[in-house]
Amino acid sequence: MEYILIIISAVFVNNILLSQFLGICPFLGVSNKVSTAVGMSGAVCFVMAVATMLTYLLHYFILVPLGITFMQTVSFIVVIASVVQMVEIILKKISPSLYQALGIFLPLITTNCAVLGVAILVVSKEFSFGGEAHMLNLVESVWYAVSTALGFGLAMTLFAGLREQLELSSVPKDFRGVPIALVTAGILAMAFMGFAGLV
Amino acid sequence: MSRLSIITKGIIKENPTFVLLLGMCPTLGTTTSAINGMGMGLATTAVLFLSNMFISLLAGLIPAKVRIPAYIVIIASFVTLVQLVMQAYMSSLYETLGLFIPLIVVNCIVLGRAEAFASKNGVLDSGLDGIGMGLGFTCSLTLLGLVREILGSGSAFGYKFIDGDGILIFVLAPGAFIALGYLIVLFNKFRSKVLK
Amino acid sequence: MAKESSFKNMVLTLTIVCLVTSAFLAVAYSVTKDPIEAANKAKINNAIAGVLPEFDNNPSDDVFMVESEGKQIKVYPASKDGKTVGYAVESFTNKGFGGTIVLMVGFEADGKIFNTSVISHAETPGLGDKMQQSKSDFSLQFNGKNPADFNLSVKKDGGDVDAITASTITSRAFCDAVATAYKVFEKIKEDKK
Repeated sequence: MEYILIIISAVFVNNILLSQFLGICPFLGVSNKVSTAVGMSGAVCFVMAVATMLTYLLHYFILVPLGITFMQTVSFIVVIASVVQMVEIILKKISPSLYQALGIFLPLITTNCAVLGVAILVVSKEFSFGGEAHMLNLVESVWYAVSTALGFGLAMTLFAGLREQLELSSVPKDFRGVPIALVTAGILAMAFMGFAGLV
Repeated sequence: MSRLSIITKGIIKENPTFVLLLGMCPTLGTTTSAINGMGMGLATTAVLFLSNMFISLLAGLIPAKVRIPAYIVIIASFVTLVQLVMQAYMSSLYETLGLFIPLIVVNCIVLGRAEAFASKNGVLDSGLDGIGMGLGFTCSLTLLGLVREILGSGSAFGYKFIDGDGILIFVLAPGAFIALGYLIVLFNKFRSKVLK
Repeated sequence: MAKESSFKNMVLTLTIVCLVTSAFLAVAYSVTKDPIEAANKAKINNAIAGVLPEFDNNPSDDVFMVESEGKQIKVYPASKDGKTVGYAVESFTNKGFGGTIVLMVGFEADGKIFNTSVISHAETPGLGDKMQQSKSDFSLQFNGKNPADFNLSVKKDGGDVDAITASTITSRAFCDAVATAYKVFEKIKEDKK
């Protein structure tokens, strides 16, 4: 039950893009076409799950026992950058077709703040999904990361679909490009507010 | 380029938020009021200034292939420094800004300036560039925060001038996107007039 | 300009960068450690001073724990001239819209709420954060009330509390935390008898 609540919460209620404002750069940058939006979301999902697992273990088995949690930001970003590099190398070797689909998005992910944001959130904040608030355990954390990435994917894909339509409509000159995209995102965020209180 | 123009170009001509569209996450996430926007902007300015100076100092010593990881580690440690200082001396602001302080690490402005400016210019110019870009970012965040605060809660810098609530949607997530969209349009109108 | 990259100098550079920054941060950490602790302590002490009538002891020295419904709650007793004048109860609830809300609730010796103060929360800015006194007068309606004859739930649920507009969940959570604090207060009273 809790796992279902986590996914509903992360995808709809607290959508990472539309209510937490993390990962906005790729949201505005690579959302011109639905196909690229889907590719980016796939890559984010993969990296976020692996990175969250590693940073979780790093936090609880190295940083906390040694009392050096102030190294959190530095060590997490190093882990994420290495995970991105490794994923790139491994994908190239074992699945060239997947690499072709996701490859160009991978370098962009290091500076996607959604990845670092989720890694920090799961070790610093208590979550409550229906029951008592508690720190997430390893499985819940990875599940939360995957759910968040799905929410990222949903918002990206919807938004890319809207922007494809926008291309065809007549928009005032000054609003073309990013400004109208931001206003559209605002309306999409309003729609997502309707999910508030669901969990 | 004169020293003064290095500082001022970040505010209008190459404004990181409205023109270069960098660092959108903190721009949208922390601007629920003018004060919060300003606090976030100044924290970013401090990191930009320190990391720009330091990186321009070290650029000659770092091999080209590992420069990005090295820059990220340097930036991350300055972010942690700012984080610790804020926790110690500005704890209420630190709590309001929360997660967005460690996330300065992945703010594209910081790495972007390190790569595009600091690695090719002298220490003094890089420091000034950091201040200029930081000030541009601070101004935009304060402006966006002010607009959202006036419309959303009917106050400016914490001083209330209407009774009751404003248009609530502007302090919530959708209002952030919409207000920023309109501000970009207005800013670019203004900018093209000034630059002509 | 940047140096030629060879395997040796790449590894060497990264190692040195990591070591130097770690050392630098360790120093920064040890320097800021005490001020951070002091800031946290000052925050609690300010909250205590704000929610209690005048006292002359140091409540954070006399802190004790009370268990209520499985929650461990900190209580700071205040006294003047050796006589107990009230208790500051550091209560919390997990029912907030954005998660945990921590409150300091001050009771006078007869059980009347003297004042409340929000210590930490993650409520929506502009909506739920109006429970803070700096943002709206919502929490002032509790002052001077005795929960024995003041129903601590929002009017929508049949209680006596005017909820914050558009933030019923936050208002409910606030009431829940105050109610927890009152239960703790009653428990202390009973133990004293």
